Amino acid sequence: MKYQLLIGAVLGAALTGAIAAGSANAVEYKIVEDTVPQSLTGKPGDPANGKKTAINRRKGNCLACHDMPIPEQADHGQVGPPLLGVGSRLSEAELRMRVIDSKVINPDTIMPAFYRSTGLHRVLKKWQGKTIVSAQEVEDIVAYLMTLKE
Amino acid sequence: MKRTIIRVTVAVGASVLLAACVAAAPKEKTALEKRLEDPRVKNYIVGEKMTGYVFATAATRTVQDDDFENPAFLWVDIGEENWSKVDGAAGKSCASCHGDAPDSMKGVGATYPKYSGETKKLMALQHRINWERENRMKAKPWKWESDEMLGMTAYVKLQSRGMPVNVKIDGPAKPFYEAGKKFYNQRRGMLDMACANCHVDYPATMIRSNLLSQGMPNGFPTYRLKWQKVGSLHRRFRGCNKQVRAAPYKQGTDEYTNLELFLMDRARDLPMETPSVRM
Ligand code: HEC
Ligand code: HEC
Repeated sequence: MKYQLLIGAVLGAALTGAIAAGSANAVEYKIVEDTVPQSLTGKPGDPANGKKTAINRRKGNCLACHDMPIPEQADHGQVGPPLLGVGSRLSEAELRMRVIDSKVINPDTIMPAFYRSTGLHRVLKKWQGKTIVSAQEVEDIVAYLMTLKE
Repeated sequence: MKRTIIRVTVAVGASVLLAACVAAAPKEKTALEKRLEDPRVKNYIVGEKMTGYVFATAATRTVQDDDFENPAFLWVDIGEENWSKVDGAAGKSCASCHGDAPDSMKGVGATYPKYSGETKKLMALQHRINWERENRMKAKPWKWESDEMLGMTAYVKLQSRGMPVNVKIDGPAKPFYEAGKKFYNQRRGMLDMACANCHVDYPATMIRSNLLSQGMPNGFPTYRLKWQKVGSLHRRFRGCNKQVRAAPYKQGTDEYTNLELFLMDRARDLPMETPSVRM
């Protein structure tokens, strides 16, 4: 069995002041065969907040690329596969991996790693050392995706 | 103008809906298939390559096609005026050396960026214009995104309209081309995307409300409804960098000039369409 230990982000030594949602001090997580079985926070995800985070253009912005069962939002993108039913196709651990860092599964994917802040090139100053969403928001998004049953 | 475009979109949407009801559940046409039905787009396709004109809405195309309606011509007019206006200590205008632009500048815009043996640099047309101003006219250089520079660049490129893009990428231009290619394929920013991720992997795909094009450079400077004015290709690069949360470069830097050369080579054989109109 392949075990890998990844550090989601550098520790925020360089960061001063308020640490916003999706900031440094990212928690460590274990990848087990292209899945992340353990919750990043130990706290259950909130699907309602997960849906909000998925819609939010400054956060998940998943609708940029995915068709989702969110009819109240216009213009769903077509870059990725539709996510209706994804909660039946993939397990929670598989979904967590994909939200954290899809490139572990497919290095060529266009989908951003939502919980990684290292190994990036020329990140705008205000985003440096931060992850796109916070650990709890990863859990919330995963909880929301789990509700998307076929 | 915005209003017309919305109305047309609605009309198109309605007719598609109607068609869908009449015929027995036909497969819905993709955004690109719908655009390819417009006979006007055929001049903007060469093999697999398509300019931004093809991906634009029909209403935007109509505005671009009419030089009187195309708002970019306000800037072209500034360029045309400045062409024969004396400026600088040498007491010269562009016309003093180059005569009539429609003759002397025909085809020139399609060959930039170009390596100059004199400056040992790869020069975008804007660099060349300022070089002429500073060295031959003894005039002050124009700022990259000024109305004067946008106008002159658009006016000079207009003299190549319809002619195929034809840049040199061999010989001394090669290292600049290679650097541009590297930039194009380098993932960057918090979203970790390369230009190629969007414009090579997913053209003709909706990314939220935008139809991704092949990201071709041959219509710049372009009038963008979003900008409410004409803007340079390097301004567009800054926008595409910032939307992936990457630190952009300044207009006119070597990085962006190399990237421009790579893009112009991608667009080789497509017709020049400056000044284009885009959303
Ligand atoms: C810039 C485009 C883009 C964005 C933004 C994006 N994705 Fe994706 N996503 C993709 C693509 C493309 C795939 C297809 C798999 C691949 O490329 O490896 C994918 C695959 C997936 C999958 C696997 C689906 C399956 O059926 O196997 C899930 C789950 C997913 N994305 C969730 C999300 C969520 C949740 C968000 C937002 C927090 C998101 N994506 C944002 C492009 C994107
Ligand atoms: C996240 C996706 C994305 C990335 C990455 C991206 N672009 Fe774009 N780009 C767009 C969108 C959306 C548009 C507007 C619609 C269109 O023309 O494709 C656009 C437009 C353009 C245009 C204008 C095309 C026209 O005909 O008006 C050019 C040129 C361009 N991009 C070049 C680049 C370059 C060079 C890079 C890398 C530095 C890049 N893009 C990175 C999404 C992207």
